[in-house]
Amino acid sequence: MPNTSSRAFLMSASAALALTAGAVSADTLRIGLASEPTSVDPHYHNLGPNNALARHIFTPLIEQDAQQLLNPGLATEWEAVDDTTWRLTLREGVTFSNGAPFTARDVIYTICRIPLVPDAPSPFTLYTRAIAGLEAEDDHTLIVTTDGPAPLLPNQLATFGIISASVSGAEDEVSFDTDGCTGIGDAPASAEFNDPAFAIGTGPYTLDAYIRGEELRLTRNDNYYGDAPAWEQIVMRPLTNAGARVAALLAGDVQMIENPPTQDIARIEGDGFVISSGLSNRVIYIALDQGDAPTPGIAGDTNPLQDARVREALALAIDREAIQQRLMLGLSEPAGELLPAPMFGTNPDRPAIPYDAERARELLADAGYPDGFQIVLGTPNDRYINDGAISQAVAQMWTQVGVQTEVDAKTFSAFIADRNGFNFSAFLAGWGAGTGEMSSPLGALVATRDPDRSLGGTNFARHSNPDIDDRLVEALQTVDDAERERLLREASAIAMDTFAIVPIHYELTTWALAPGLEYEARADQYTLGFAVTQAD
Amino acid sequence: MVAYLLRRLGQSLLAVIAMAVLVFLGVYAIGNPVDILINPEATERQRLEIMERMGLDRPLWEQFWVYFGNLLQGDFGRSFVYGESAMSVILQRLPATMELALFALVLAIVLGVPLGVIAGLKPDTVGGRSIMAGSILGFSLPNFWQGLMMILIFAVFLGWLPAGGRGQTTEFLGMRVSFLNLDGLKHMILPAINLALFKMALVIRLARAGTREVMMQDYIKFARAKGLSHRRVVLVHVLKNIMIPVVTILGLELGSMIAFAVVTETVFAWPGMGKLLIDSINRLDRPVIVAYLMLIVFLFVLINFLVDLLYSVLDPRVRLAQRGTQ
Repeated sequence: MPNTSSRAFLMSASAALALTAGAVSADTLRIGLASEPTSVDPHYHNLGPNNALARHIFTPLIEQDAQQLLNPGLATEWEAVDDTTWRLTLREGVTFSNGAPFTARDVIYTICRIPLVPDAPSPFTLYTRAIAGLEAEDDHTLIVTTDGPAPLLPNQLATFGIISASVSGAEDEVSFDTDGCTGIGDAPASAEFNDPAFAIGTGPYTLDAYIRGEELRLTRNDNYYGDAPAWEQIVMRPLTNAGARVAALLAGDVQMIENPPTQDIARIEGDGFVISSGLSNRVIYIALDQGDAPTPGIAGDTNPLQDARVREALALAIDREAIQQRLMLGLSEPAGELLPAPMFGTNPDRPAIPYDAERARELLADAGYPDGFQIVLGTPNDRYINDGAISQAVAQMWTQVGVQTEVDAKTFSAFIADRNGFNFSAFLAGWGAGTGEMSSPLGALVATRDPDRSLGGTNFARHSNPDIDDRLVEALQTVDDAERERLLREASAIAMDTFAIVPIHYELTTWALAPGLEYEARADQYTLGFAVTQAD
Repeated sequence: MVAYLLRRLGQSLLAVIAMAVLVFLGVYAIGNPVDILINPEATERQRLEIMERMGLDRPLWEQFWVYFGNLLQGDFGRSFVYGESAMSVILQRLPATMELALFALVLAIVLGVPLGVIAGLKPDTVGGRSIMAGSILGFSLPNFWQGLMMILIFAVFLGWLPAGGRGQTTEFLGMRVSFLNLDGLKHMILPAINLALFKMALVIRLARAGTREVMMQDYIKFARAKGLSHRRVVLVHVLKNIMIPVVTILGLELGSMIAFAVVTETVFAWPGMGKLLIDSINRLDRPVIVAYLMLIVFLFVLINFLVDLLYSVLDPRVRLAQRGTQ
């Protein structure tokens, strides 16, 4: 009944206003996002949704493909001249969307501006801090010097887009200095980028409108140097509620959604929609506190987790295949390391940690805990795919081998406060390797905590093993790719052999698309509208 | 009247301050926003830098002092997430919410009152009974379930209406609104009905009870005896007398529709303030949460005040009583 009256209302309204609805054209791709970018400024917030949006409008010097391998972007070539000097050859004939040419000056300006973004909640200085000098040999050749060997420089240069120096108010001469650049004028505030006239880049799209919470509209950039994408327009809408996102896809409001819930995937596929999924760079792991006793989640004045046999027992007690089949419905891959092969620094022949409850009980008995012990497992319940349910399953599996486990599940903001306060003896969390190589998870989760060397920042398990640290530090100083990969593989193998940390699985990232569309799943989990194609 | 206004203002100021203090402490107790906002790969030094810039490294009492000092100068602080003024982030979302709430309110009144009066006039007919049965459904079905079912039926199966979002907007008095164009209206229908159903059920019940009571009154019998048409009796004498409770309840409910339309806004991806509040709570964006709740307290106070004014329009006795107290 309400519906009929609304329809009558509608018809009279349409007659009165004589307005037509915005027709859905075949040239428009509408995407439902699981979380919204917080700004159009490519240097404001180093976070997946922001970075994915930035890729549409601004191109980085070096691009990452779907597996996060490096490809030419605005730089066509990069080579290490010596341990601390890199030569970048910039692409010629590239223009910004406003028609102005792209030169080395824009790159220098961008790197100068990154530390100056006001109020940035997560700045990109992480990726520029190694740079000690920038010199433009000519408009299309750039010499980068670093303080100490920086083998990851190409990966780091792939993380941020280049903005136009002129539009941002720079002078004709921009020169780099770690203590403060000259000629950069007043660095623009992030909010200015929300204005299409200011968001000028070299990417495949230009900004049409950014209405926070509601809609982001992009229009194809005809000045783009690469292959023209299929869509004249891309519209992105934040649909944070998973049910609303699926409904929007089924109703045809959008043609693509991020992260459809696992339990809905069969239904979506059954209706003829396309599911695209692939391994992400994110591992779900359990960290076990190896700090001095007593540890908060275990009663008594000893810390059994300091014994590698106990950690091995807990690792073997987890039935990773059951979790993959029953909880993730196939959308995960059991893990044996912190990054899936064949990404850089992984040991491709290392299998997932097997399930062996019998051996787990033996190991516990050997370590002096034939009757097990009691432990609390902390977990977020709204951050990773099915995180709360995975923890419940792990708790049951551990209890079966005699380790009485209680789950302490919390919303992410509360969980992280507890974790960073070392309030868990065991906790489940995830790690995505932004650089797409092994030094990222090893350096953050396993290396000894050392703020001076920027290592062990997320090592809340307080694991410490000089054998791993030495190899990792050496790898981070080794520009030669083959040698660096060897060191990282060794470090990873040691960490896994000593059960420094217990990986569970790699998440698969999933997209659902309207029939006839194709999207190659990306390890970095970015949703890139310009990479969506129409199948023939 | 002036004294009454001042007293009202004083009370609401107290409410605003008490609420701000509670929320400030509450959000502080949950955790550190920087841990959520920052990229996990960031270094410890960067983390400390950001905390310092946001003032989060200082002791609680000092953060509190700075915040309230700024507040007295009308500065609600900058959002941790968006880096913009917290109040402007909220006000950007206000039109969408207001529009939806008012549309829902109009639906609730325009459909609810007549249905309630009919059910009151003819309580034993099939029509009257089915209206009451319908209102029980409106009460008892959970809001989010109704929303999902409406999306399933009207958007997914029938394809008549969009499943969510705001659609096209038109510039109106400097705000972007949906109700002035067809696409915008189409997007608004389902969420507005979803938001209105519960209120409509409430109005139906109030109107029915009121009608049944008023119909027994002497003045109705007198009006009948005077030879007034049934139409005039119902439209003037009955309707005016049942409106007082309806206005009271709807006033309060309008406040809650604006402030806490969270469920509807989430299910229909409606870009209103409720959704902003939830996002801000998840990210511990304290300036936005505190400013939002202060704005809501202010709105409630304002609505209550308007309801009081409406009483005096509807009921002459209220006007007389106020004159008496002055």
